[in-house]
Amino acid sequence: MAHMHKIAVIGDEGSIMGFRALGVDTFAVATAHEARETLRAAARGQYAIIYVTEGVASDIIDTITEYGHKPLPVVLTIPDSSGKKGAAMEKIRRTVEKALGADILFGKEGNA
Amino acid sequence: MEIRVSPNRMQLLALKRRHSMAVRGHKLLKDKLDEMLRRFLELVKRDRELRAAIDESLAQAFQGFLLARAAMSSEAVDVALMYPKEHISLTASQKSIMNVAVPSFSWSFERQGDESNIYPYGFAYTSSELDSAIKLLSESMSSLVELAEVEKSVELMASEIERTRRRVNALEYVLIPDLERATKYVTMKLDEAERGNLTRLMKVKEMVRERGV
Repeated sequence: MAHMHKIAVIGDEGSIMGFRALGVDTFAVATAHEARETLRAAARGQYAIIYVTEGVASDIIDTITEYGHKPLPVVLTIPDSSGKKGAAMEKIRRTVEKALGADILFGKEGNA
Repeated sequence: MEIRVSPNRMQLLALKRRHSMAVRGHKLLKDKLDEMLRRFLELVKRDRELRAAIDESLAQAFQGFLLARAAMSSEAVDVALMYPKEHISLTASQKSIMNVAVPSFSWSFERQGDESNIYPYGFAYTSSELDSAIKLLSESMSSLVELAEVEKSVELMASEIERTRRRVNALEYVLIPDLERATKYVTMKLDEAERGNLTRLMKVKEMVRERGV
């Protein structure tokens, strides 16, 4: 089953404008409420991959995790222009911890 | 939870069958879990590589946009980026890793006009920082799409692993010991009945002999 899909970027204006040049659909949001609504609408639409900048993602993390159990859409946090905050790494660390029952991976190799 | 059965030979046979089935299931699930963990750790490793690369190139790209905004007016930047020349076509399908359905993406840029020119604007009114920032972003697109695939796989695998681990543990620490206990109970009851029977027979024989003499 292969369908045509689109990519969306949700975030603050300064971070997402570059993606517009690549032909990716961008949605500038200012508040957490707006971000939530935009994410929901995008997930209902044809978007298969939705990138959310970290600054926005940290406010709506609960809504993002709702999409964690389905194969599509993929909701992903990306760093924003204000510099990364490591929320994405933290999410992966938690996922690994959940799967393994212990944080062996990041403990051993260092959180580089 | 204790397994209660009436102690007879039928039940003993059934219990033994259930026990061997549970042991076999446990072994299979454990093998599945091991292989899933191996794949999972590979995916996590790949995910972290991609993350690191993307963090770096996006940070650079954002810096570029920042500089471009400083060099040009922000209206000029907005205008320059207003009509994208490129269009990303993305096709999503599903593939299966150890029976876990994960998304798989294939994608490409569709360009209008000159293939080598990715910039949606003329060079006259824009700064070179904008060009390099867009180039960087365009190059990191493939990593971004792969990251989406990998990170989703990691997430889905994680919950499947958790589920499988629960089943393995339930078999290993609950069902199999319970079955063993129940088997032991039935065996002991049967032996007890056997001994009771034997003594009764001996007693009867003794009584017959006394009367017969």
